[in-house]
Amino acid sequence: MNAPAYNFAYLDEQTKRMIRRAILKAIAIPGYQVPFASREMPMPYGWGTGGVQVTAAILGPQDVLKVIDQGSDDTTNAISIRKFFAKTAGVATTTATDEATVIQTRHRIPETALHANQVLVYQVPIPEPLRFLEPRETETRRMHALAEYGLMHVKLYEDIARFGHIATAYAYPVKVNARYVMDPSPTPKFDNPKMDNCPALQLFGAGREKRIYAIPPYTQVVSLDFEDHPFEPYRFNAPCALCGAENSYLDEIVTDDKGGRMFVCSDTDYCEGRQAAGHHGSLSAAPYKEKAGSHG
Amino acid sequence: MTTIAELPPGFADKVLSAQSTFRSVMDAMARPGSVQRIVPMAGAPGVMMRGTAAIALTLFDHDTPLWLDARMAESSDVTKWLKFHTGAPVVQDSSVASFALISDGGALPALERFALGTSEYPDRSTTVIIQVDSLSSGRSFELRGPGIDGVAALHASIKPFDLFERLRMNEALFPRGIDVVLVADDAVVAIPRTTRVVSKGS
Repeated sequence: MNAPAYNFAYLDEQTKRMIRRAILKAIAIPGYQVPFASREMPMPYGWGTGGVQVTAAILGPQDVLKVIDQGSDDTTNAISIRKFFAKTAGVATTTATDEATVIQTRHRIPETALHANQVLVYQVPIPEPLRFLEPRETETRRMHALAEYGLMHVKLYEDIARFGHIATAYAYPVKVNARYVMDPSPTPKFDNPKMDNCPALQLFGAGREKRIYAIPPYTQVVSLDFEDHPFEPYRFNAPCALCGAENSYLDEIVTDDKGGRMFVCSDTDYCEGRQAAGHHGSLSAAPYKEKAGSHG
Repeated sequence: MTTIAELPPGFADKVLSAQSTFRSVMDAMARPGSVQRIVPMAGAPGVMMRGTAAIALTLFDHDTPLWLDARMAESSDVTKWLKFHTGAPVVQDSSVASFALISDGGALPALERFALGTSEYPDRSTTVIIQVDSLSSGRSFELRGPGIDGVAALHASIKPFDLFERLRMNEALFPRGIDVVLVADDAVVAIPRTTRVVSKGS
């Protein structure tokens, strides 16, 4: 028997049809969470089972796949999902944002602007933006039906009352096409403006919660705010220590137990691209060397 | 035996053809007004166009009740082919259909008779697939809405002539509504419920 162990892209065809129908509805109703019959995947919930199912349903042999986890192509989650599709679908993979046709992401939007021939697939843990305010699905569903989003504004207002500013830093709620309030997944709010009027199609998959939703290209996505407390993207006030970028989203990396830290681009492909183009940061010039006698 | 032997075939490669067809339909839905091509071809029975047949093989199964217009329903070639290749149940009540196949746009029923979804579950609506004469020439239309960078232009020869006027009900119904897929041979254009269409004359 030479029968392959798996169908192309792992999922069986009936499952793909079901997911594909959900994706079409999700695109037609921007920001609305379409229920779907999420399958068990050969990885645990929380590892991107929703994103993986969406990717598996859209992926074709001509696609070039990029997978990032918090901006990085090199972390366990990104590598294992990339290998999963290289194995089950035989697709080409890349780390270069502009070469990819399908980008699966956990918690970041690439710094490099996306283009019209790309699909960005988000892994979503909790798709319901109102869930922590109202635990009952029946109630949140009715709130979406009535566009009753006052509670979300109260939550943001409570931030202001307590901290003097909107302290929500990630999974910052957005309103899509002036109708549905949507959870952008736990991306830093720094990334929210990239969702607005984006040329690429954005698909969101939540495996455990069994929801798929979408933002079509060139769709208005507005971060919720107040006139006197407008939305502000947050970024550490520092250049990247490796490439010197002043406008990328930064990770803070603790380097010792004496308060030492460095800030580096969270988007590894962007950072490497800039370094290859000759940009330097404060820590990139001299490669690290052990000091003689430092270990006594 | 003979009945099945006479049926036009499905996809030569079920998996990759369905994927390719889906991407065309997904791109059409994500970019309303853009004309997408369906490349992989299956046999098309009776009055069904090649593009419609490919979409049927890609999206229909036992979970998707179908409503067929009179011309489709009267063709035993069509019903046998759908039953054999997709297994989708054909229903008489258009308001419970996941998909509707329309070959004679002139006889399109009132759109209210299809499922419009509910406010809680707007996705439980009928996707209406209409075969049209041309998606490259004919009257010109201006489209706006999500998926469109400013304005999209569509040249199409469509029946019913007032389709886009009828679809204006989507404006008031949103998020409920009807999504339409137009097929002309191997060309596909989608008009999701968010798209606003203005006729620019001929």
